[in-house]
Amino acid sequence: MDNESIITLIKNKFPDVIISSQIFRNELTISIKKEYVTEIARFLKEDKDLNFNFLSDLCGVDRIETDGVFEVVYHLYSFKKNHRLRLKTPVPSDEPSISSIVGVWKTADWHERETYDMFGIKFEGHPDLRKILTPDDFEGHPLRKDYPVDGRQPQELFHVYREVRE
Amino acid sequence: MAVPVETTTHVMTINMGPQHPSTHGVLRLLLELDGEMIVKATPHIGFLHRGVEKLAESRNYHQIIPLTDRLDYVAPFSNNLAYALAVEKLLGIEIPERAQHIRVLMCELTRISSHLLWLATHALDIGAMTVFFYCFREREAIYDLFELVSGARLHTSYIRVGGVAKELPAGFLEKTRKFVTEFPSRLYEYETLLTDNPIWKKRTVGIGVISAEDAIDYGLSGPSLRGSGVDWDIRKSEPYSRYDKYNFTVPLGKNGDVYDRYLVRIEEMRQSNSIVLQVLNMLPKGDIVADIPNVTLPLKEDVETKMEAMIHHFKLIIQGIRPPKGEVYTSIEAPKGELGFYIISDGSSRPYRLRIRPPSFVNLEALPKMVEGRLLPDVVATIGSLDIVLGEIDR
Repeated sequence: MDNESIITLIKNKFPDVIISSQIFRNELTISIKKEYVTEIARFLKEDKDLNFNFLSDLCGVDRIETDGVFEVVYHLYSFKKNHRLRLKTPVPSDEPSISSIVGVWKTADWHERETYDMFGIKFEGHPDLRKILTPDDFEGHPLRKDYPVDGRQPQELFHVYREVRE
Repeated sequence: MAVPVETTTHVMTINMGPQHPSTHGVLRLLLELDGEMIVKATPHIGFLHRGVEKLAESRNYHQIIPLTDRLDYVAPFSNNLAYALAVEKLLGIEIPERAQHIRVLMCELTRISSHLLWLATHALDIGAMTVFFYCFREREAIYDLFELVSGARLHTSYIRVGGVAKELPAGFLEKTRKFVTEFPSRLYEYETLLTDNPIWKKRTVGIGVISAEDAIDYGLSGPSLRGSGVDWDIRKSEPYSRYDKYNFTVPLGKNGDVYDRYLVRIEEMRQSNSIVLQVLNMLPKGDIVADIPNVTLPLKEDVETKMEAMIHHFKLIIQGIRPPKGEVYTSIEAPKGELGFYIISDGSSRPYRLRIRPPSFVNLEALPKMVEGRLLPDVVATIGSLDIVLGEIDR
């Protein structure tokens, strides 16, 4: 199915949910309101013409400087139809949270944990939302833009390291 | 495969890893055991987390190539290619025909070397030591080829944005041809040791089973997915780098167990070998890098001998590539599965966000599903059959 007909199909089904849609380099991006993410995800997976049965990727993006929000980005693929879709949803930066889609695609489990770890976005309804890559005593969320690239931590430990080195 | 709810005596919790040899790196598995049966398996990862995605945000587009080498460090060419394709799509540039075919050549050799490392360690984990030595012998031959081409064995950084780093050296094609002519007989040798071996079959048939529906739901890709009989190979479904010009088949398993994943990878090596041979027979002449002044670096020989090329090189390194505002996601069929790069550009010389979709990360997620309710030794066999690399999982 080509990009235009995918947009039309989703627009007909959910007229008020889509914030914007664009096609860049023949890749379709649809931005939706965050309240509807589970509903839309289930529809995209189960609809016969769309049949997005494979969640390729899920990640977060820090857009606080420009838009004041985090974005959660879903990359979907369909084995049968061989088409892709990028689904995005803005999440407010104060108290970022969004409902989990583990119920729709099980693979979202670790992706959501990673996004929680890297951006601090909470996924409501996730069965086991723990940090995944950083250590337990790690403070902050490293992929946020306000986290420095050369960020060191925790501070107490850094002094210990330095004393040993000297 | 039901997970036991009631346990007989008491459940013991043990740590497998992060230093256990069969976890293929720094993977820590927390196993809850009832006798020898796995009640619950919880993978803990992140020991190798270097923040590649964060680092990439402060590098310009050419500087990210060496970072990609260090993801799946047994398949550097595939990582380079996936990244280069993403940037090229973002820029909307076409690259010369010869470079496309050289890329395929190197990536298929990479697939063979990656699968050889998998077979070697997987067999060693299960107790077949001879295979380990045999596989490393051939892997060494491939690494010699890598060294010829790029000067490095592991971190090659050979595939660049816009093409490849340099022309194939003299004697490379002959050496490669010699390798691919010999390789099928070597492959046969491994198979005589394993495929019909009753001990090997006892350890692998019916172990670590995952159904096709579950495999898709858990997001498995690559040979781990095809072992369950799902016919999906990105080289066929969304051909990149002229893969549509080559004849090859995509091997599929039936039962989704360790043995089927073994058969799939063995056959993949044979197919890759045939692709390499096809490239050797049809490699066109021409440029190895696109000539787009504000994107591609001049050739190293020119930089050393021509003033204009040196200025060009200097200017491009200082200023970097400036792609248009936008975002792209491209994925390739890496030896482990779908390797995707998602790049957001804000129009500056550095990516605003670079996200890597690592196949091993997603494949490992399904491990508890495969081993819970089975025996402890099956964990070793199952980890091996998923072919994980922690450099890519932790990034």
